[in-house]
Amino acid sequence: MLAKRIIPCLDVRDNVVVKGVQFRNHEIIGDIVALAKRYSQEGADELVFYDITASSEGRNVSFDWVEKVAKEINIPFCVAGGIRSVETARTILAKGADKISINSPALENPELINQLVDAFGTQCIVIGIDSHFEHNDYHVYQYTGSEKTIQSAKRLTQDWVQEVQQRGAGEIVLNCMNQDGMRQGYDITQLSALRPFIHVPLIASGGAGLLQHFLDVFKLANVDGALAASVFHKQLIDIGELKSFLQQHQITIRK
Amino acid sequence: MIAIINSGVANISSVVFALQRLGIAAEVTTDHRVITNASQVILPGVGAAQTAMKNLKDLNLTSLIPTLKQPVLGICLGMQLLYEASEEGDVACLGVIPGKIKKLVGKDLIIPHMGWNTLALQKKSPLLEGIPGDAYVYFVHSYCASVSDQTLALTHYGQDFSAIVQQDNFYAMQFHPERSGEIGERLLKNFAEIKS
Repeated sequence: MLAKRIIPCLDVRDNVVVKGVQFRNHEIIGDIVALAKRYSQEGADELVFYDITASSEGRNVSFDWVEKVAKEINIPFCVAGGIRSVETARTILAKGADKISINSPALENPELINQLVDAFGTQCIVIGIDSHFEHNDYHVYQYTGSEKTIQSAKRLTQDWVQEVQQRGAGEIVLNCMNQDGMRQGYDITQLSALRPFIHVPLIASGGAGLLQHFLDVFKLANVDGALAASVFHKQLIDIGELKSFLQQHQITIRK
Repeated sequence: MIAIINSGVANISSVVFALQRLGIAAEVTTDHRVITNASQVILPGVGAAQTAMKNLKDLNLTSLIPTLKQPVLGICLGMQLLYEASEEGDVACLGVIPGKIKKLVGKDLIIPHMGWNTLALQKKSPLLEGIPGDAYVYFVHSYCASVSDQTLALTHYGQDFSAIVQQDNFYAMQFHPERSGEIGERLLKNFAEIKS
């Protein structure tokens, strides 16, 4: 049976792994390659490398870092951050990434999704969506890497998830902003509300703090994977322990 | 030395790095002489069948690959290219393994099939040496080969399909051994040890 995925995310800024709360006040967590290696060895099912300020600073993720991480790990590797062209994506894939994740650049130019899908295939293209609950609905935000640049994308999340799928996206990572970095649990309400509109794999992001939060999101929101950063970086949760816990609670997990 | 055929589609570096971690010498190439003289050949690939077949044709590799005598390993799209044809873009493929690649089907099935799923071993093979019966490997695909005489291991997702196949000296895996943890490393190591 297809296993649910546990996905640590390396949020990178200025060549180090950082973590903020609700996308602000980033603190330095540690060394990129050391963390990547540790997660791979602890049983992570996939690793996401996210250069958080690349998009808002108008540059792309560092190719050297992509290659250094890709060389060390034996699990799938997804790279995100300021990827605005087919050529940049091609270089990142050539450096050893398996998947490309785009967020703000897809909002700037939705046609980029089609171009990337045509060049590399649906399975290669992940769309990250930063979604915020306000005025009684879920709204998409962009340039969330810095509080100076963050802005509304003036789209409803439900409309955007449908559009990106029509354009060929192979996976959606939904960052639930109200929960980000709070460690109070994934946004089950939002994920469950949007799941019926998402026919590609859906990855929950934002809010993980306890083992129970992972169990809840798999049981109640039927997501395919759960992404988290700070609980793994700060060693509040050990990936091996988390997987044993989920397995004891009848979640299909790779051990 | 293993020759990794550069079919012009993404993800070749993942395979190169995996072999480097195992200390296995490999060269990415489109050179017919290098390919013909290699101890083993890997045909990797992700992306669309049509694009990959066009690239192989432009490199005159569509006639060379089926004639290779050493162990050949198709990975993911590289596996699908070894079949007669693919429903994806309705394209003729290399025709080494009988059958046609079809879209995964199943009620309410989330496509692509993306993530770690289990192998059910069907036959003994040196390729499967040391692989436990319920091993997890990493898949990313929307099309598949049905279960056949060539199936060494199958996987279930909406339907049973071929995860590992063998036709004479041609081996193929629908998943990505280069990104399948220790199980994937063992499979690559086993393949590198198969002699002509």
